[in-house]
Amino acid sequence: MQYMKPQTAAEVSDILARSEGAARILGGGTDLLVQMRSGMIEPETIVDIKHLDGIRDITSEDGGLRIGAAVSGQRLGEHEGAKALWPGVVEACELIGSTQIQGRCTMVGNLCNGGPAADSVPAMIAAAAVVRIEGPDGPRDCPAEDFVTGPGKTVLGKGEFVSSVFLPARPKAASDAYLRFIPRTEMDIAVASAGVNIELADDGTIKSARVAIGAVGPRVILVPDAADAIIGSKLEDPAIAALVRACEAASSPIDDKRGTAEFRTTVVGVLAKRAARIAMTRAGENQ
Amino acid sequence: MNFQSSSKQDFKVVGTRVARPDGVDKVTGRALYGADFNVPGCQVGLILRSPHAHARIDNIDTSEALALPGVKAVVTSADWGVPEDEGLRDVQDNCLARGKVLYDGHAVAAVAAKDMVTARAALKLIRVDYTPLPHVTDVDEAMKPDAPVVQEARADESVPEGSGPNVTHYCEFGHGDLDAGFAKADTVIERSFTTAATHQGYIEPHACVASYGNDGKADLWCTTQGQYLVRDLCAGIMGMEGSQLRVTPSEIGGGFGGKTTVFIEPVALALSRKAGRPVKIVMSRVDVFRATGPTVSSSMDVRIGMTKDGRITAGEAKLRYQGGAFPCGTVDMGAQAAFAAYDMEAVRTRGWNALTNRPKEAAYRAPGAPMAIYAVESVVDELCQQLELDPLDVRLKNAADAGTKASYGVTFDQIGLRATLEAAKEHAHYHAPLGENQGRGLSCGFWFNFGGNTSVSLAINADGTASVTEGNPDIGGSRASISMMAAEELGIPYDKVRTFITDTGSLGQNDVTDGSRVTFAVGLATIKAARAAIQVMCARAAKIWGIDEDAVIWEDGAAKPSGPNAGDFEPMTLAEIAAISSETGGPIAGHHEVNAEGAGVSFGVHLADVEVDPETGATTVLRYTVFQDAGKAVHPDYVEGQMQGGAAQGIGWALNEEYIYDEDGRLQNAGFLDYRIPVASDLPAIDTVILEIPNPGHPYGVRGVGETPIVPPLAALSNAVSRAVGVRLHELPMSPPKILKAIMAQG
Amino acid sequence: MKNIHVSTVLNGDETEFVCAPEETLLDALRGRLGMTGAKEGCGTGDCGACTVEMDGRLVCSCLVLGAEAEGAEIKTVEGMAVGEGLHPLQQAFIDHAALQCGICTPGILVAAKTLLERNPDPTDTEVRYWLAGNLCRCTGYDKIIKAVQIAAADMRGA
Repeated sequence: MQYMKPQTAAEVSDILARSEGAARILGGGTDLLVQMRSGMIEPETIVDIKHLDGIRDITSEDGGLRIGAAVSGQRLGEHEGAKALWPGVVEACELIGSTQIQGRCTMVGNLCNGGPAADSVPAMIAAAAVVRIEGPDGPRDCPAEDFVTGPGKTVLGKGEFVSSVFLPARPKAASDAYLRFIPRTEMDIAVASAGVNIELADDGTIKSARVAIGAVGPRVILVPDAADAIIGSKLEDPAIAALVRACEAASSPIDDKRGTAEFRTTVVGVLAKRAARIAMTRAGENQ
Repeated sequence: MNFQSSSKQDFKVVGTRVARPDGVDKVTGRALYGADFNVPGCQVGLILRSPHAHARIDNIDTSEALALPGVKAVVTSADWGVPEDEGLRDVQDNCLARGKVLYDGHAVAAVAAKDMVTARAALKLIRVDYTPLPHVTDVDEAMKPDAPVVQEARADESVPEGSGPNVTHYCEFGHGDLDAGFAKADTVIERSFTTAATHQGYIEPHACVASYGNDGKADLWCTTQGQYLVRDLCAGIMGMEGSQLRVTPSEIGGGFGGKTTVFIEPVALALSRKAGRPVKIVMSRVDVFRATGPTVSSSMDVRIGMTKDGRITAGEAKLRYQGGAFPCGTVDMGAQAAFAAYDMEAVRTRGWNALTNRPKEAAYRAPGAPMAIYAVESVVDELCQQLELDPLDVRLKNAADAGTKASYGVTFDQIGLRATLEAAKEHAHYHAPLGENQGRGLSCGFWFNFGGNTSVSLAINADGTASVTEGNPDIGGSRASISMMAAEELGIPYDKVRTFITDTGSLGQNDVTDGSRVTFAVGLATIKAARAAIQVMCARAAKIWGIDEDAVIWEDGAAKPSGPNAGDFEPMTLAEIAAISSETGGPIAGHHEVNAEGAGVSFGVHLADVEVDPETGATTVLRYTVFQDAGKAVHPDYVEGQMQGGAAQGIGWALNEEYIYDEDGRLQNAGFLDYRIPVASDLPAIDTVILEIPNPGHPYGVRGVGETPIVPPLAALSNAVSRAVGVRLHELPMSPPKILKAIMAQG
Repeated sequence: MKNIHVSTVLNGDETEFVCAPEETLLDALRGRLGMTGAKEGCGTGDCGACTVEMDGRLVCSCLVLGAEAEGAEIKTVEGMAVGEGLHPLQQAFIDHAALQCGICTPGILVAAKTLLERNPDPTDTEVRYWLAGNLCRCTGYDKIIKAVQIAAADMRGA
């Protein structure tokens, strides 16, 4: 095995393209080293991307924020601007692992791992985040909801890697929230999760919304029906009931060591309901 | 000097909260644990494990692995003989499979190589041909007559005719006329329960270094609860004489019963013998879960009858335990402990052990008791609910006391159950209001406590200090409590005593650190060793003074004439006597060897408040209080620590911890990510109330305290959750999906 | 397999070591530098026994490559006590019985120290969540939380 520290995106692409899939990106390493340890993967090359320009930065852009691929969860959580702009995304990212994991883990790594239970992903999708992909042909952008195509699978092609995620500008009277269910209070993988992003009209009704749910199918999904269920409402009981139904209907979970399908389906609705209420309250405070 | 007659009451050192002697080493990183030990030229040992739950081993080809440069040795079970002793053979077969693999993770072969990379590569080159066999992991399935047979013909003489092929052991305890008892009851409740297998969850994986010389002498350094047992097992497996194998224990990073046997130690010795080099094996966390011993899982039926005013008229329990792929006697302890808290006219418990394709059970804190008492205490609580009786009053009404004939045959001496129940009843916790979705549960707990073989040597040093040498690894602060008892007896300050835990070559036999025996038994032996040294010191003083030995007494750390008639001499302190010992007859020491009896049983009561989220089934433990009789709390902080630690383990068992197997019999959650032990944010403060009802069997009244506290949390939590959600739960762990399902089922 | 030369600052001292590319920082600390204070309880970031501070952030050293320590500042439990005195957290852990077997203690001390540097007056809940990645199987955490609070009060007073 070899360890490489490229300085530019082009170098990274080049290494990846040449390695025929035997190279792995090292950002925070909190998934990569676990996979190496278990023998699940045996990479020939480790590409440490932390030395690329701007990769550890959070920068303002068009009223939104660009989060570098090597920005740790803890660093994002310390960024007042990020917390004010997308509190749901930040709280989701801060839920990944322990304090120690927070010192290293990244939102981008969480996304690229391609797991359906990744904490930051439902929040990113609800926030309409955009993934910046670097590759042999230069950069391209991909909506977060389209990035993961199946368990462990992404749209990344040969020589491509993710350099940042863009969190767009947020309208006034809007906010987001993320909730997950875990058996303990910390240190678990989500058994079900929901991210909700809400924008209010002047009359206090929901003008637009995005709802994404995790750990209830092969990948995190955006649920337009769930958003439609609450648009035009103030989260009155019928709207909430419709939201819950839409989330339950969109779920296709499995029974596993972390929970039963039945449990996941029920709880994802509960989480969507609770997250919607938190987002609503936050949006109201931003009016 | 007869100290059995009365318990000492006034203490100078015992009962204080001194700093532990291993404290500085442990907070600075200086303390050396199993994996921290290294010797020059050490090879890396790695173990190949079965991917099958049950399979015949048709062939093992190690030639390619051996041919890999850097590989020094490969061993399989063929490198050992076949011990005649069944118990030893089972331990050996668990360390390296012989003929069949019996569970997912069962060790098959091992390599020693120059480094980890080479060792990993070598493991991959070992070819094992398996023929998979049908398997069984569930205890009720394993009991059936047509179940896959884990091992042929392993039933002992206790097993009734017609039992299933996996049943290895049967036991029965009790007294009185059950039918008559149940006939007297106003209400009889019978329920069935299951509990999952849980792991001790020590944070330190097993680790050892073995160095086998070509003269047949060997050294072994390892993390263990009992170096003597490790020596005896390893010597037996290796065909060595015990004197030729020296085992030195490291600091131990948690054991809880799980380090009372061997897994890797004989393998490391076999590799070292073959390689001619020292070999170090450190288990991975995955291997710890897959291949070291969890506790038993259980399926149980309990029937209890009660009168309207809360008198238990009869109780019956049927316990079915599985302890993995080898015979296991843990159900005996469950069957004896189940009704220990109650004074009953009619009681019967029966227990069965069945083989399954799971790792060999290892002791886990009060082995066998928590699940049995969980079932009993759940039914008692349901009876209290049905009859609208206060659950503490009902326990008090039926509490076992001095003179009670226990369900397992003994008659209790002085015990602390009533005192702990009364303390719980008076405590503010029991009377605090509860909110919506909240419930309060309680449970009694019990453990027998062990004594056992113990050897202690105590040296009086010329500078007036004392060194205690004992042979039981310190898992909960015992070096402090042993030093305290030595200081108390000698009449010198605590900091003048240092206690060392020694290798197997330095003392007589010491049983494993288990059964909550160390503070009791090693303490007892230390006190006796101190008294032996005191006798020598008194004799020296007598010699100096020219008076009769019998005319000298020991008081406040000094020899004194026993009275005016004995003579008028200034007292001679320990330091003064020690300083001139070389002129009065030579070094002064005392020692004591005993198979200690009179450990004194231990009772506790736990109160738990929980809140359950009715929409998700998530349980939050809001408040927790432990009441327990410690006999005499030698070091109250460490007694509290045992009570809190046991409670936390029991809470984990009740709520989230479980071994999960898939249909192929493979363990699904072999890691701390999905084997969910409580984390700091899961728990509330755990309050403790220590009762001190002296144990007549110990000079200071000490009882073991370590195991009892894991017993009550299972039922305390289950009773609290059941009351909070308004529906009875009969299965552990009460993970959120199970609780939510129960809530939704009641509509 | 070619070893990598790494220059780092370990507990304030410039330190160099060589390690294999796949070797973790934990293995390098323990195996190459003989610093066995950080323990391996799981190797997968689930137990926190290997916690060290790296450039001001807590990390599981089992999830960091040794090679990544190049130019970094690493602090371990071995660097907590200065001279003959113990760090107030270390003293509080001894005085208030916040350890039993002690295998988790180095990781917890390093983690607690970082917490108190960021938040000198945390609530019990904050301490519990900060330390949620440090498993302890002996104590039930009660005395750990109390010792951290006692040390925090002590440090605020100092």
